[in-house]
Amino acid sequence: MVTHRAALGFAALLIAGLAAPQFGIYPTFLMKCWCFALFACAFNLLIGYAGLLSFGHAAFFGAAGYIAGHAIKVWGWSPECGLLAATAFAAALGWLFGSLAIRRAGIYFAMITLALAQMTYFAWIQLKFTGGEDGLQGVPRGEMFGMIDLTDNMNLYYVVFAIFLAGFFLIYRTVHSPFGQVLKSIRENEPRALSLGYDVARYKLLAFVLSAALSGLAGATKTLVFQLASLTDAHWHTSGEVVLMTLLGGLGTVFGPVVGAFVVIGLQNQLADKVGSWVQVIMGAIFVACVLAFRRGIVGELMALMHRIGLRRV
Amino acid sequence: MFEFLGITPQALYSQLLVGLINGSFYAVLSLGLAVIFGMLNIINFAHGAQYMMGAFIAWMGLTQLGGWLGDSTLQINYWAMLLIAPLLTAAIGIAIERTMLSRLYKLDHLYGLLLTFGLALIIEGLFRYFYGVSGQPYEIPEVLQGALNLGFMFLPKYRAWVIVASLSVCFATWYMIERTKLGSYLRAGTENPRLVQAFGINVPLMITLTYGFGVALAAFAGVLAAPIFTVSPLMGADLIIVVFAVVVIGGMGSILGSIVTGLGLGLIEGLTKVFYSEASAVVIFVIMVIVLLVRPAGLFGRER
Amino acid sequence: MNKRLIAALTAVIFAASPLSALAQAKKDAGPNLSDGVVKIGVLTDLSGLYSDLAGAGSILAAKMAIEDFQAQEKGRAFKIELVSADHQNKGDVASNKAREWFERDQVDMITDLVTTSTALAVMPVAKEKNRITMVSGAAATLITGKNCTDTNVHYTYDTYALANGTGKAVVKQGGDSWFFLTADYAFGHALEKDTTAVVLANGGKVLGSVRHPFPGTDFSSFLLKAQASGAKVIGLANAGTDTTNSIKQAAEFGITPKQSLAGLLMFITDIHSLGLKATQGMYLTEGFYWDINDETRTWSKRFFEKHRRMPTMVQAGVYSSTMHYLRAVKAAGTDEAKAVMAKMKSTPVNDFFAKNAKIRDDGRLVHDFYLLQVKKPEESKTPWDYYHVRQVIPAAEAVMPVAQSECPLLKK
Repeated sequence: MVTHRAALGFAALLIAGLAAPQFGIYPTFLMKCWCFALFACAFNLLIGYAGLLSFGHAAFFGAAGYIAGHAIKVWGWSPECGLLAATAFAAALGWLFGSLAIRRAGIYFAMITLALAQMTYFAWIQLKFTGGEDGLQGVPRGEMFGMIDLTDNMNLYYVVFAIFLAGFFLIYRTVHSPFGQVLKSIRENEPRALSLGYDVARYKLLAFVLSAALSGLAGATKTLVFQLASLTDAHWHTSGEVVLMTLLGGLGTVFGPVVGAFVVIGLQNQLADKVGSWVQVIMGAIFVACVLAFRRGIVGELMALMHRIGLRRV
Repeated sequence: MFEFLGITPQALYSQLLVGLINGSFYAVLSLGLAVIFGMLNIINFAHGAQYMMGAFIAWMGLTQLGGWLGDSTLQINYWAMLLIAPLLTAAIGIAIERTMLSRLYKLDHLYGLLLTFGLALIIEGLFRYFYGVSGQPYEIPEVLQGALNLGFMFLPKYRAWVIVASLSVCFATWYMIERTKLGSYLRAGTENPRLVQAFGINVPLMITLTYGFGVALAAFAGVLAAPIFTVSPLMGADLIIVVFAVVVIGGMGSILGSIVTGLGLGLIEGLTKVFYSEASAVVIFVIMVIVLLVRPAGLFGRER
Repeated sequence: MNKRLIAALTAVIFAASPLSALAQAKKDAGPNLSDGVVKIGVLTDLSGLYSDLAGAGSILAAKMAIEDFQAQEKGRAFKIELVSADHQNKGDVASNKAREWFERDQVDMITDLVTTSTALAVMPVAKEKNRITMVSGAAATLITGKNCTDTNVHYTYDTYALANGTGKAVVKQGGDSWFFLTADYAFGHALEKDTTAVVLANGGKVLGSVRHPFPGTDFSSFLLKAQASGAKVIGLANAGTDTTNSIKQAAEFGITPKQSLAGLLMFITDIHSLGLKATQGMYLTEGFYWDINDETRTWSKRFFEKHRRMPTMVQAGVYSSTMHYLRAVKAAGTDEAKAVMAKMKSTPVNDFFAKNAKIRDDGRLVHDFYLLQVKKPEESKTPWDYYHVRQVIPAAEAVMPVAQSECPLLKK
């Protein structure tokens, strides 16, 4: 089921992911990148394949972070149970948001998701267990399945990478399943899909829930890495960032969001100390450049380039 | 009845009035969004940033301009700025529309949203870099300092002026669009741009000017806000999300609808602050959820 | 398997290299330092709301402390390096940076940590890596309470000291009925709770409170409620722009000066930006003011010459804490955290910032606070001449008593 080119991509991703920390790249930075890469892939499932632009995905990312943090720190759950609980919570929240938001399409959909996310943001500020502006700190990493010691950075790195791969592969399989085909047909021509007898709303909702759940998994994993959950992850800026990662990497491409996440996080990491507040300006400028001149994104443009070269050879 | 609610009628009236003041900001902003949406079919995410720009231009004119030009007595006062700041911001908006937005009309409308989101980040980031986030003070113009004794409360004169000014602007906009010839072109252009073009009306120009006008409304609200809220690069960002919810509640179908929704939600928010202030940050979003459940197209909207 | 092999190989190569022999030789000369150098990190807000009260001024203060220490030791003590970064007031950015500093750059001590969220995020990382944090910028009592660690010092101030000082003084001046305007999140609630206790203990009463969303822009509804309550004093249990906006809007609605305001967390920079006209007569408590005595004036003027602003208590605290740390490293002869902490706790702080102040087991530096009242515009003679010092609050009274603390380290 995996095409030749995708298999090549998978292999490259696997090797890069396994080898990267051995080459002196700071593992915590890499772990952050994988978390955001999974987040962006989950987001891409919605916009790239179902054509739904959610501007409130930080809600799931942030909420799962809090749930995982609270479950592990206060209730003393094991990391895997914490991650599962957080993912389940994000899925439930996604079902709630989804069933409201899919009542409208297009721009309204974007505004509704944004507003709903802002509502949860205010809830996190006020709720006691999140620590409000202080955040939830000192979440212990513990032992995965009672045997992998996560306080060791390298162990944690490979666990995070494995989580990413699992999520990534799930998305890939979903997109290339009959379910994914229906989603694409809805994106291309909703009335037609409806007339063919597909329950469009149900398909959209299912895609939304899946996307929310995986975003939650990414957020919960990030909490495990940084040992804290904070408001930043639930803020609309984070929603904007994930849109940027996906757009920059390539909407509707399998590997695009991964590339986008690495570029954006890498840039932020490199620039933050050097240019200060200019980071936001640069992010905005990348947004504008992508929309105006570069709508296929990095991976999309590369694929188009390869396609052209291939045609010439023939 | 008032005893039952645990509040005196005086206190209730004054809270309603305060709610109305905030509502008039929502009204002007959602009106601007609705005007732009009607013609361009995009949601202007940069609206909050343009509101902030209006406030900042007013502040610069009053306190910075003299320093830049080397003559400290030189300043542009509040009243002049009520006109100049919207015009300047509109000019920048028109430049943006001509050079960037106009390339996107053939594409999915979502790209317009993404572009304006990027622009909002740039504008906010720039002001942040140059002026920091702690906020700049802006004095209330002398004529409007002090308060009016209404019997049940002391209403600061400036707040009274905010209601008067914003309602007049809202009414003027409504009148222009619904009752004048220019407005009829506009409405026709919204319905069927090709047909209107065939009648010899320059539709692209109309689109450009409409965007400029919507932006000017945002900047006008910004100047109104400058003396009561701190002038800061972040002042528009959170407000605009609330205004989005207002727009979803009202539906963007009608001009009058967006004005009424804005004012009404300001009142409801004001009442929430009295009776259950913990919920005042989310009440508008909760109403949005209810409206979506009952009437997905919004109170005054129609499905497109 | 492979990894271990590589690690073992590198270790062998390093042990044999002349470089490490050199490092060994250096270690014998001075104190026993982990990597031949003491590295101090200033993690602060360089672009956000608190960049005025900490920010570049805190970096400067740390730099001055290092220079002064080297001058006193005539440069013979050990090598000191300073690094700094912007945490943007975000806990995750702060913890990320701290981790990087500890793991990759071998930073030994982090100071400033303005805003509670960043302090609480960095402290557990420091504990895990056995390094020291010296919090000067953050306010919450959690830092020396439930979340206390044995590698942390809370140096400058906390909400208990500020609320306690201001609350007591205002009640004694006749402001015996209070209404709170509270930011609706953990910090605001804690501030309201602490102050309420003080007001009640001193014979005042609390008529009510209203919670406002955080961050807020329009406070008029809440202020009208406070006005309707008829309380003599409106306590502002919020911070930053929320506080300054509340003060401005209270004046606009004619609430002040009929009712008076009490800022429970305010800094000299807030007074500076609001101006004396809007703030005159307000009571507040700070851990440091530049115009107390000759010593504070001398140091502050040196600071002013380089920064063009007078130091805040946070910046003065960064200087004093950095100095105290460096002296402890020298005395302990190592930069190992536990040993340095023990030395810092056994030696009292004696400088322009604090007199005979000791660090308690929960990490709290117990020092005097000052009850201040903002001057009228006509009383202020020079720029930054903003306060009347109404009372020196003795250390024992100012800080939270051990009995009330929730820190497990004190329960031993």
